[in-house]
Formats: sequence, structure tokens, C-alpha cells
Amino acid sequence: MDFGLSQEQSLLEESLRRYLRDECPVTRIRDLVAETPGRDGGVWADLCALGVGGLLIAEEHGGSGLALLDAAVAAESLAWGVAPGPFLGSAVMAPLALAAAGSAEQRVRLLPRLAEGSLRIGVAATEMVCRRDDAGVVERGGALSGMALMVLDGVDADQLLVPLDDGASLLLVAADAPGVKRTTLRTIDRTRGFAEVAFDGAVGEWVGERGAAGDACRRMLDAGRVILAADILGASERAIEMAVDYAKQRQQFGRVIGSFQAVKHMCAEMVAELEPARSLVWYAAHAFDAVPDEASLMAAHAKAHLSEIGPSIVRTATEVHGGIGFTDELNLHYWFKRVGVDRQLLGSPDALRESAARMQGWI
Amino acid sequence: MDLSFGPEYESFRDEVRAFCARHGSRSPKMGTGLGGGRPGPELREWQRLLIEHGYAARTVPVAYGGFGAEPDILKRVIIDEELNRAGVSRGIGGQGPDMLVPTMLEHGSEEQKTRWIGPTIRGEVVWCQGYSEPNAGSDLAAVQTRGVEDGTDFIVNGQKIWTTTAHASDMMFGLIRTEPNASKHGGLSYILIAMDTPGIDVRPLATMTGEAEFNEVFFTDVRVPQANVIGRRGDGWTIANTTLKHERNSLASSALLDGAMRQLVALMRRETANGVRAIDSPLLRDRLLRLQARVEALKYHSLRMLTARTRNEFPVVAALVTKLAGCEVSHQINVLAIDAMGELGTLYEGSPRERNHGRWQSQMMFTLGLIIGGGTAQIQKNIISERGLGLPREPKAGSGR
Repeated sequence: MDFGLSQEQSLLEESLRRYLRDECPVTRIRDLVAETPGRDGGVWADLCALGVGGLLIAEEHGGSGLALLDAAVAAESLAWGVAPGPFLGSAVMAPLALAAAGSAEQRVRLLPRLAEGSLRIGVAATEMVCRRDDAGVVERGGALSGMALMVLDGVDADQLLVPLDDGASLLLVAADAPGVKRTTLRTIDRTRGFAEVAFDGAVGEWVGERGAAGDACRRMLDAGRVILAADILGASERAIEMAVDYAKQRQQFGRVIGSFQAVKHMCAEMVAELEPARSLVWYAAHAFDAVPDEASLMAAHAKAHLSEIGPSIVRTATEVHGGIGFTDELNLHYWFKRVGVDRQLLGSPDALRESAARMQGWI
Repeated sequence: MDLSFGPEYESFRDEVRAFCARHGSRSPKMGTGLGGGRPGPELREWQRLLIEHGYAARTVPVAYGGFGAEPDILKRVIIDEELNRAGVSRGIGGQGPDMLVPTMLEHGSEEQKTRWIGPTIRGEVVWCQGYSEPNAGSDLAAVQTRGVEDGTDFIVNGQKIWTTTAHASDMMFGLIRTEPNASKHGGLSYILIAMDTPGIDVRPLATMTGEAEFNEVFFTDVRVPQANVIGRRGDGWTIANTTLKHERNSLASSALLDGAMRQLVALMRRETANGVRAIDSPLLRDRLLRLQARVEALKYHSLRMLTARTRNEFPVVAALVTKLAGCEVSHQINVLAIDAMGELGTLYEGSPRERNHGRWQSQMMFTLGLIIGGGTAQIQKNIISERGLGLPREPKAGSGR
């Protein structure tokens, strides 16, 4: 019985945090993403050199063949440093979908390049969960038409992974193919690059046969939810660190503010929410690989729960800072906004709770 | 991450399971655990059987009447899981076996251990804990009940409160101020007091639940031998604090949460308003799912804490938050059940149409007591932020005493 991180997982966490602290502080990230959201300079290449791109890719395809828990540990650290880079799309959702539904030829051609970071795949998964503004993509005679909103890691993606409306078919389309028009979106969070893509007769390649990729779609969605939960975890953790450090230094009324119970209790409440939630994220990640019956339910619970506590933590951390917390200069808002975006992706908390009820046969 | 126990532990599990299958029918019916009275003959006999097989008093040395096994937290977990699964009693718990015995093993004299441990684990001697006082609640070290030296005895005067089981106890272990000139924390001794000593008056303390789960204990010129001090005079505060290490594994409480959650789901599938099941109300269902996520989180959190113990790690913050988080969820489960029943959720005291013998209301109130007891939620937050996060301590008035 061992419910905890392995030594290797702790080392992964350490090495990513060291890199982000020393080479890629938020002041550098600010500059990198100032112009185009999610444009990471050389950060993704550096992270792939540290093995981040290939965590979930089999060794025979140039990755390290690890489990979703390892990826969750990485996601937590990346969010701790508000790192830009297409981790969710190119290192988690796309490789899992390709491994599950892709042909042998596709796996050999695409996975090694994803692992080394020379290929980026954006994922048009938003409409799998919720359609807004009449978005959605249909296929007729091999040609795609329609609109995909909020394509994950769509900025700078070379290829786009497009699930069809049937929820069971996947296509891969080159981002520069004829009939593909990509527009960069701007969210509150500049560290991630979302695009919307209009398809008008674009032709792609099937990933798995038409109608045969339902499992791959579901797995990709579960994994994405767990990774987003881990992202909220890491971002919240860093916000707490900043708040506690500040509470130890800032003086008012002749005392450090951390000696006031009002402030102390805010800090205690943040960790009291975060720590059990960390255990939930770990279990959801573990269940994805080891407890198939619980994987979808735990992914939904983890994503929904972290989406509730994360925003409350980053808000409290901002309040602990008082006025300085509200400034641009402090940079705390990068974490605040990261969590704010995570909460809305791949299922809002209320929608996820409804699907959790359905999965348990309650409705 | 590996949630299997491995072959050695699985074969141990088989052993416990075989024991339950063979002897389970001899277990007494499960009682309420808290605020209970004296163990009857059936429970004492069951306890004897548990000790003999190493399922109770497992790590207490044979010389003192225990089973004498090496500490192994995973085996303890397996025993608890299997006894729960079989629906049999886990034996005699309470302040004596759970709190006093480990403390005595660590700090007691040879004579004290020989005299008290055996009868305590067999349920022959029942104990209560005398810590809290009317003016020493959150500020426990402010204990005022004093013991004045008189020959080889102390003469004890004062009052204890929130004393679970005092009405049914033979003995109390408590904190008494014996060193009037020492500091606030250094003036306390950890003393054993026979409850039939003249001058002790036990009065039941009714709570908002309508039950008297606790007592007040009054001391008027109560004569207690100085030989009843555990450890040294004046070391009471340190010794009482080591007791806290021996609190039962949090797995037990997360299993309780899990059970309460299952009952809540069953209730919400059963209760209807205007012909609509509670679980079909989107608002109630949403609350249910929010709580379920928290219960799941606490379930895996206790596995994480268990693993930390087997690895000899101590994640301070993660460990400190469990009481605060667990008690609140436990309270909210009952609050939701009551809301799901609407007007009928208020029924109590055996009223017609009352559900589950009024347990949702009594548990709602009792869990509020748990939020306050054993260190209020606010004291927990002080501890988390000071010991866990390293924020400056509250300035202490009167710590010089």
C-alpha cells in the first residue's frame, strides 16, 4: 500500500520547478507572451528536453511511457510556474488519442515528433463538452466544415485534432491546409494559446475509423480533466506560497500582518482546502490508468472540485496581499487568471457534477 | 502509487477474514461508540478473543496483557477494514485503551503499567479524561484545578467539564495544577484519580442534542496519592501532548464519512417532495455531488497520510488540516439530509414520521460539537498557520503566570 509520489515523480517535480524558477520566472514569461498568448519562445523546447513532451508517449516512440499521474505531477509544476507551452494538447490529449485510436503508421510518424517538441497538435475538444454560438464540425465526403471554438493549444499548432459531432470520430488536419482558417483568441490568461478554427471543405486524415474512436475521445477528455485539475492545484499552491510569504513580511499597525488571526485564518483555510484536493487529484490520475471503472467519475470530480476551490484560493491569496495584490506589477494575477481559465475548460463544474450524477445512475 | 497491500498483507487479511467468519457471531451488537457506558460481559469476552488473536491491544507488550506485536500500521488498517466489513465490533475503545494506555506505555512507571494496562485493555477498568475546564477550553494550559501537597498525597479542588463517560468510569487521567510557583505550562501534572474517592461529584451535562453525552466533574478536597502522577510532577503538559500522537488513525473517520455519504444518497433517492425525489432536484443533487467530491478527497487524503506514516514522513500542513476539513464535511452531510426531507427533517425524539430515529438532526448537532471539541475550528486554524505555515504566534498574555 503506497499512496504517494514515487522518488522519480518527486525528482520530476524538482527538476521542472528548478528550471522554471531559475530560467523561466514570471517576469520572463510576461515578455514572451506579451504579444501573442501562449507563444512560448524556447520554453516548450526546453521543457521537451527535460522530457515533458514525451511523458505519456511509449518508449518505442521516443517517450518515457509513464502514467497520467506523472503527467499530473508535471502539470502541477508547470502551473506552479505559470509556464506557457502546449502541454495539455500536445503532451496529453493528442498523444493519448493517437495511441488509442491511431494507426501504427500514424503513431510512428507523429508520436516521436510530439515527444521531441517539433510537432504541436491543437485539440478542438471544446464542442465535445458544450456547443456555443452554433459551433461544431461536420464531415461530408472526407471534407470538414463548421467551426471549432477555443481550440486548446491551437496557437502555433501544426496539426489540429478534430473530434466530430458523433463523439466517436477523430480527424487530424494540418493547420495550414486549404479550407482551414485559424484566428488567435485572447483570454484573460496569456500563458495559453487558444484559437478558433473555421473549416470550409478542409481535408484531413482519420484517426481510427469513422465512428470507432469513441473510447479514445472519452479517454482524451478524462485525461484532459485530470490535467486541468492538476494545473489548478499547482497554480493555487503557488498563490498560497506568495500569500504566506507576504503575510510574514508586510507590516501594518506595528506587526507583521501574518500575526493577525484574520489573516492567519485566511492562510489556514487555503491550505485546508488545497491539501485534501491534492489527494483527490492524485487518485483521479491513478484511477485513469489503474482503476478503469472509476476513471471518468474521478476525473469529473477532480476537475469540478478543483474548479471550485482553486478560484477561491487565488482570490483569497490576492486579498491577503491587499492593494498590492490587485496590481499588475506583483504578477499574482497570472496565477489568478490561469485558474480562471482552467475552471471553464472541458466542462464547467456544474456540468461536470451533472455528468458525475449520470455516471452513477442517479439520474 | 500502489493501492494493493501485497501478498504478505493479503494473507494477513485472509486470516482476519477467517477469524470473523469463524467467531463473528460472538461479537456483541455494534453500539454507539461515543459517550458509551461500561462494557458488558459479552463485549469483554469479545475483547478477550480479539486480544488473543492480536486484533486488539495489538502492540501492547504481553507482560501487560497485550498481544505484543511490532507496530505495523497497515496490519492495523486491515484489521479495522475487515472487522468493519464483517459488521463486528472492533472491541473496547474509548479514552482508556486509546489514549491512556499508549501514554502510560511511554511515560508510566513499571508498577503503574503492571497495575493498570491489563485491566484497562480488558475493559475491567473504565477511564475518563480530565482535561477541559470551564476556564481552560481552547487555552487548555490554563487549567486551574489544583492539587496541594499534603504528606504523600495531593488534596485536589476544582472542576472539570466535557468529561465523556465520567458517570461510568472507575478512573480519571487528568491535568492538575500541582506546582503553583512554576510557569503556566510547567505547573501541571498528569495524575490518575479514582472516581470513587470521597469529594468527587459527577453531574451529567446535557447538550443541544438533548442527550447527556458529557459530564461535569467537581472536586472538593479529594485526596489523591502522589504516587498516581505519571512521569514527573510538572511534566503534565508535555505528557498530555504526547497523548495526541496516539489519536486513532484517521482512516476510521473517513470510513464513517463514506458510510454517511452512502446513507445520504439512499435517503435522497427515497424522499420525495411533490412527488419528485430529492435526488431529482438539480439544486439538492448539486449539493450532494459537491459533498461527494469532498468525501472522496478525504478518503484518499487519509490513505496519503497513512502512507506518509509508513514512510516515516510527516507532511505537517497536510496532516494538520484533516480535523478541520473532515468535521465540516461530516456536518454538511447531515445538513443536506435534513434539507432533503424539508419540514419532516425537523422531526425528533421519536416523533411519528421521524426518519432514521432522528439521527440526521442529532448528528447535525453532534458534528457541530465535533467542530468545536478537541480544539475549535479557529484554534485548528491557528495551529495550521503557526505550526504548519510558520506564521508568527499569537502574542500570549499571561504566559508568565
